[in-house]
Amino acid sequence: MSTYFLCLILFSIGLYAIVRKRNIIKIIIGMVICSYAVNLFLVLFGYKMNGRSPLYSPNQQIADMVDPLPQAMALTSIVIGLATIALVVGIAMRIYEKYGTFDITKIKNLKG
Amino acid sequence: MKIVPLFIILPLGAAFLISLYGKKKKRFCDIFSSLITFTLFLISVYTIFSVNTRELPFIYKVGGWIPPLGIPLVIDSLTAFMLLIVSFITFIINLYSVNYMEQFTAKNKFYTLFLLMLAGMNGVLISGDIFNLYVFFELASIASYALVAYGTQAEELEAAFKYMAMGVVGSLFILLGIAFLYSNYSTLNMADMAKTLTTQGVNKAVAFASVLFIVGFGLKAAIVPFHAWLADAHPAAPAPISAMLSGILIKSLGIYSLFRVFYNVLGANHSFLTLFMFLGTISIVTGGLLALGQTDLKRMLAYSSISQIGYVVLGLGLGTPMGIFGGLLHLFNHSAFKSLLFLNAGAVEYATKTRDINKLGGLRKKMPVTFNTSLIATMGISGIPPFNGFFSKLLIIFACIQSKHIGYGLWAIVGSILTISYFMKLQKNVFFGPLPKEHQETNEVPFLMKTSMVILSLVCIFGGLAALPRISKYFVKPAEKVLFEGKEYKNIVFKVVNEK
Amino acid sequence: MTMNDSKEKGMSLVVKTVTRISVGIILLYGIYIVLHGHISPGGGFAGGFIIALSYILFMLAFGKEEILKRIPQSMISALESLGAIIFLVIALLGFTVGYFFSNWLPKGTIFQLLSAGTIPISNIALALLEVSLGLFGIFLVLVLLKFNPKE
Repeated sequence: MSTYFLCLILFSIGLYAIVRKRNIIKIIIGMVICSYAVNLFLVLFGYKMNGRSPLYSPNQQIADMVDPLPQAMALTSIVIGLATIALVVGIAMRIYEKYGTFDITKIKNLKG
Repeated sequence: MKIVPLFIILPLGAAFLISLYGKKKKRFCDIFSSLITFTLFLISVYTIFSVNTRELPFIYKVGGWIPPLGIPLVIDSLTAFMLLIVSFITFIINLYSVNYMEQFTAKNKFYTLFLLMLAGMNGVLISGDIFNLYVFFELASIASYALVAYGTQAEELEAAFKYMAMGVVGSLFILLGIAFLYSNYSTLNMADMAKTLTTQGVNKAVAFASVLFIVGFGLKAAIVPFHAWLADAHPAAPAPISAMLSGILIKSLGIYSLFRVFYNVLGANHSFLTLFMFLGTISIVTGGLLALGQTDLKRMLAYSSISQIGYVVLGLGLGTPMGIFGGLLHLFNHSAFKSLLFLNAGAVEYATKTRDINKLGGLRKKMPVTFNTSLIATMGISGIPPFNGFFSKLLIIFACIQSKHIGYGLWAIVGSILTISYFMKLQKNVFFGPLPKEHQETNEVPFLMKTSMVILSLVCIFGGLAALPRISKYFVKPAEKVLFEGKEYKNIVFKVVNEK
Repeated sequence: MTMNDSKEKGMSLVVKTVTRISVGIILLYGIYIVLHGHISPGGGFAGGFIIALSYILFMLAFGKEEILKRIPQSMISALESLGAIIFLVIALLGFTVGYFFSNWLPKGTIFQLLSAGTIPISNIALALLEVSLGLFGIFLVLVLLKFNPKE
């Protein structure tokens, strides 16, 4: 039970970084922490007490494996997160080229 | 039955082929992409007729695995209706962007991203499994983030970063919701989850997951507390992409997913429907009030999108047959006239290179096609009979009064008055009035742009006929039936799966 | 004496010598994970990631001209799209059996290297051509971005 709370605390740390920090790179790190927290949460949901890892090998029986489906979901989610973070880092570098700063309080051309 | 995966295969394969060959021959990517979108439009017309005459959905088991063990692709009436809208608007915008994107470099990368976004949207619509929906949702989102930043000017990059920061948080909330639902029911198939939910009932984890879904999908649908990205992202994108984003992306990724999960999987109970009506009404009024003070042409249209999506959410949140019918009809109408308005704004920008309505004026003699189509779209969106917006807004207001929520109906009428006022301001400042000196030699936009705008305006004129019972029997009424009898989804899906 | 020499690109001599030995081992390990994707954990994405890491290590140690002499930039984007198209074609050929994406080659005895139908071919097409070149392409573009920051 306490491990689920730790995952949610990790998610709120990442959310704090996205919402309150002023540097774009710190916001990106907040996004990465949030996605780590959600992937961990997904994998934790498949745990069974005293289960072993869900690998099919020739000399062990199939009984009590941990649930493998959330692990596949977490793998897909990691790859999607990779593409998203690569794109946002590219956009952040171009923003530095155009505005000369990484501070979001100074990047305010669009208003209203 | 074999045509169902074509909705994903065709745009995906075409995107990679254009990325491979597009640099060598200039016209190749234009012609190929237009062919692919036209083929998808014809397939979607065939699909909607066959699904609605058969009264049973098409189900395709990917890889031959039987659901709930495998991933099914389900086309029922609601999906076919949305696929028709998406394919038609994409084809028109593809014709438009052949000429418009000459201003930018690297057109083959634009078409790659455009077709990937289309593949993602189609995948969201036809997926029968909730995690598959999330994967295609992310594909379409990432393609749209890249397309908003396409011009790499300073404002476009800033708008893209704001959009991405909010979009990533929304997607993570959806994934958390899926994790909660999986932990409760240990299945990811939407029909199977609905079946287990009716036998076991709703517990607190499902209520928490519902709120997470409202935040996540509502962010993509630009419902009011989560609307802040739309006003920056839609003006900054190039004009065909603004039309795609505002015309179909917020509906396919936001409204369709939200209401599919709420009506068919989770079962709509009374408190959530009241929440939707409340959020819809706030969206109508907030979007309308914020649009009154804008001076940028496309920013005013973006706030107007928030307002009209509020009408759709209000209609769909009512839960009565007339309300859902009005909401779906307004969804169809809004994609037609909002795309047309954004294409007009793009045409004005192409010809005069500015978007500020204080600097424009008197363009109605210089650009007659743009002026006429813009006038038709304005009369459609304001709800003037006999154009199409009148029927859908009238149905939503009648449905509010019929189910005794008179306050919501009054706010919807206030929203309609606000709509007509800011569109009058836009028309007066852009098309009427004196022509400024620096725009004396503007002339009309090229042929393909004119053709696409004229076709959309024809839909605006004749779209009201879709409310007639003889036409809506094939078109909107079965889609409304899928949502109204939400619990029948799982029965129908399992019946079709088991009879093979 | 050799670390700040302007004629030498990349990192110092110690790093270059160690990299010459280890980059081949990393590449071989990545290919091993890809080829055994249906027997042990790993598969397309994990193996492709490791192969991309070997390219990145080579580039960090020797400078970008060396890697661009061996794999030119146009080839990276062309091969990456080709990898995606091959994956889609393999999935489409499942139509011959009946369903899109099904496993249509004969599945041999379990735990052999040549079993499990189309899965090893998809793993190779995905990892060698798409994932590794895609990740390396992202890294290359971020390094090659010549920009003049506005002051």
